[in-house]
Amino acid sequence: MDAPLIRMEGIHKAFGPVKVLEGVDFELLSGEVHALMGENGAGKSTLMKILTGIYAPDEGRILVDGKPVTITTPADAERYGIAIIHQELNLIPSLTIADNLFLGRELHRFGLLDRKAMRERAKEWLARIGMSALDPDTRIEKLSVGQQQMVEIARAIGQNARAIIMDEPTAALTERETTTLFALIRDLRTQGAGIVYVSHRMEEIFALCDRISVLRDGKFVGTRPVPGLELDEVVRMMVGRTLEARFPKRTSTPGEVLLKVEGIGDGAVHDVSFDLRAGEVLGVAGLMGAGRTELARLLFGIDKPTQGRVLLDGKPLTARSPNEAIHAGFGFVTEDRKALGLVLDMSLRENVSLPKVPAHAGLVDRGSEKKQTRGLIDQLKIRTRDMELDVRALSGGNQQKVVLAKWLALKPRVLILDEPTRGVDVGGKAEIYHIINQLAEQGVAILMISSELPEVLAMSDRILVMHEGHATALLDAATATQETIMRAATGGK
Amino acid sequence: MTTRFSWNGSLALIQRLGSVIGLMLLFIVLSIMSPEFLTTGNLLTVLRQVSINALIAFGMTFVILAGGIDLSVGAILALSGAVTAGLMAAGHGVVLAVVAGLGLGALLGVINGALVSWGRVAPFIATLGTMTLIRGLTLSYTEGRPIPVTNNGFALLGGGYVGQLIPIPVVLMFVVFAVCGFLLRGTVFGRHVVAIGGNEEASRLSGVRISPMKLAIYGLSGLLSAFAGVVLTSRLYSAQATAGVGYELDAIAAVVLGGTSLSGGRGWLFGTLIGALLIGFLNNGLNLLGVSSFYQQVVKGIVILIAVLLDRR
Repeated sequence: MDAPLIRMEGIHKAFGPVKVLEGVDFELLSGEVHALMGENGAGKSTLMKILTGIYAPDEGRILVDGKPVTITTPADAERYGIAIIHQELNLIPSLTIADNLFLGRELHRFGLLDRKAMRERAKEWLARIGMSALDPDTRIEKLSVGQQQMVEIARAIGQNARAIIMDEPTAALTERETTTLFALIRDLRTQGAGIVYVSHRMEEIFALCDRISVLRDGKFVGTRPVPGLELDEVVRMMVGRTLEARFPKRTSTPGEVLLKVEGIGDGAVHDVSFDLRAGEVLGVAGLMGAGRTELARLLFGIDKPTQGRVLLDGKPLTARSPNEAIHAGFGFVTEDRKALGLVLDMSLRENVSLPKVPAHAGLVDRGSEKKQTRGLIDQLKIRTRDMELDVRALSGGNQQKVVLAKWLALKPRVLILDEPTRGVDVGGKAEIYHIINQLAEQGVAILMISSELPEVLAMSDRILVMHEGHATALLDAATATQETIMRAATGGK
Repeated sequence: MTTRFSWNGSLALIQRLGSVIGLMLLFIVLSIMSPEFLTTGNLLTVLRQVSINALIAFGMTFVILAGGIDLSVGAILALSGAVTAGLMAAGHGVVLAVVAGLGLGALLGVINGALVSWGRVAPFIATLGTMTLIRGLTLSYTEGRPIPVTNNGFALLGGGYVGQLIPIPVVLMFVVFAVCGFLLRGTVFGRHVVAIGGNEEASRLSGVRISPMKLAIYGLSGLLSAFAGVVLTSRLYSAQATAGVGYELDAIAAVVLGGTSLSGGRGWLFGTLIGALLIGFLNNGLNLLGVSSFYQQVVKGIVILIAVLLDRR
């Protein structure tokens, strides 16, 4: 039998006193898609950073084709045919596809750029991944996120990568783009490439991957072949215990209508109407670009509606800024926690109290601020040593809880959640669902935007489906299925 | 999956203390090399010189912490000083003249803030524009001639002493430092300044009212520049249209030397005080050591570059 394409043995890595990896083994074969799983902070990223030469391991060795190699820089990794497609794409928006594909390794003749050769070669690479429809002269900024990802993959192919690491590749993709990506991944597998697939989305992993390796708290838990594997077992491997359920049971009963939205719209949202009751969770489903986040922005006073109106308690509401919306009782957990949800260089305490600093006459009341923060840390089970640490140092799941904590401190009446569990691991998700339930029980009206259909179905009372800015369906969650939602989300009847 | 550990604590402390350590080293070296350095007279003279830059730099700290920059501070200093002196020369009382000078500075700062927030002009460009404009206004107002100060009461502000020893500007510097320090660390306003510099969009979505904040932040910078202008005019017994040329750079240097990040969101006021003292004592020491003023600039530039290089992380 051939040696595995890549083998990592007994990898140790510590940052100062903190051990991030303790004796991790990992093996990638040619022609397999291998899922790397684990909760946030389990060490997945660090392991992949070691494989791609960003960090050096403290102990352990890496073998490529059975031969020990030293990988200390990204250039080393590239030489051994290892490429990574990052979650945050590394392309320069103002340059063309061809420019990006050859960034840093431009073809030239007598010191002058050989644009013709680069264009030809770019076409070749794009054709190899089934993207010959893309013109190499198109600027990156004109492409959709999915297309940009394809360009990244083309770049990896162009570097003759045989091992390709994909970190949450579908996080920003539409349904159709995801299908295209999966077809490409299967195609690369047939051509003999090995793919490391890092994701939190169980459905995708079971549909796509051949084997699963799980890390927990920096230790290697095990590798299992996917055929015959139960979801419960994967979850148990990841969290070290059996979760009672992926989704907790909904317990609240909707009360009075709190928010009434009548034909609201602007450029991206058209004539959307719905009621939202106290204690109700209204899921908002739809594809990327369906106008869901835009709807939330209208309600929260970030963008100005050009049509329709919003009634709170039966009284017309015109929030012209987030500040006014907050005063009216709204909270908004934004989709992109790093760009929109948190001030990364501020402490947990300061982030939590940003919407409303406990103060008297403008003077900060440090004592009650600390008390409030401590209460929220306990309530949300935020794992941190110290509330004075910058939130930058927290894991993704804990950061997301800080964003939630910000709004809980305010006791909002209407809480808008935009992808509340994106990039959060299984255990963290369950905790966030639990919090959503608790809030609904307390009578908070919740609007939950989510791209994960199982989540929308399990956590909502009703589901608003959007397509190209229009509300195409308002379904009862008890009777809705993934199929009925998808039909409405794609504009079908 | 970000890393769960943090060197932040200890590393940040070392970086923060860097400017303090630098100042102490400078003190020791100068004490050994120059017998005149460590005398009460010399130290107080330096503190008095530093006070003008420090007053401006305190305001600049707020602006930079909020992710902005204010190039118009030197120009505001000159116009406010000139207007104060001019009003007194025209026979108005000291109080009215000073209040008018300070009010004008605050107003000009608020205009900067309006350009930056409502006008959406980049702070560098907006304040470059107002700097040029205000310089022009000052030249027209003074017709290019110095305006002498004749009021002896007013002259005390910059030239007087507390307890016949400590120059009043030095006392003013420490009072303003204390007030600004409290404003930054103890009030909601200060919290929001840092939040805006750290992530403006997240702050806006958290309900922080960005535009009024920017008017206030640039207004504060204008007010403190005007205050520095009034003190300087008093100390020099006259207002000059060319006063304060290049002061914006000294103020920015003090802020950056103190460890405040030029990209906003990270920094402290104490560092700015240390930064201003560093620049002041460096100038003084080089003078005492007889270093030519040409080389003084070279040394100052090198010190600033080293400080900024150490501040990277």
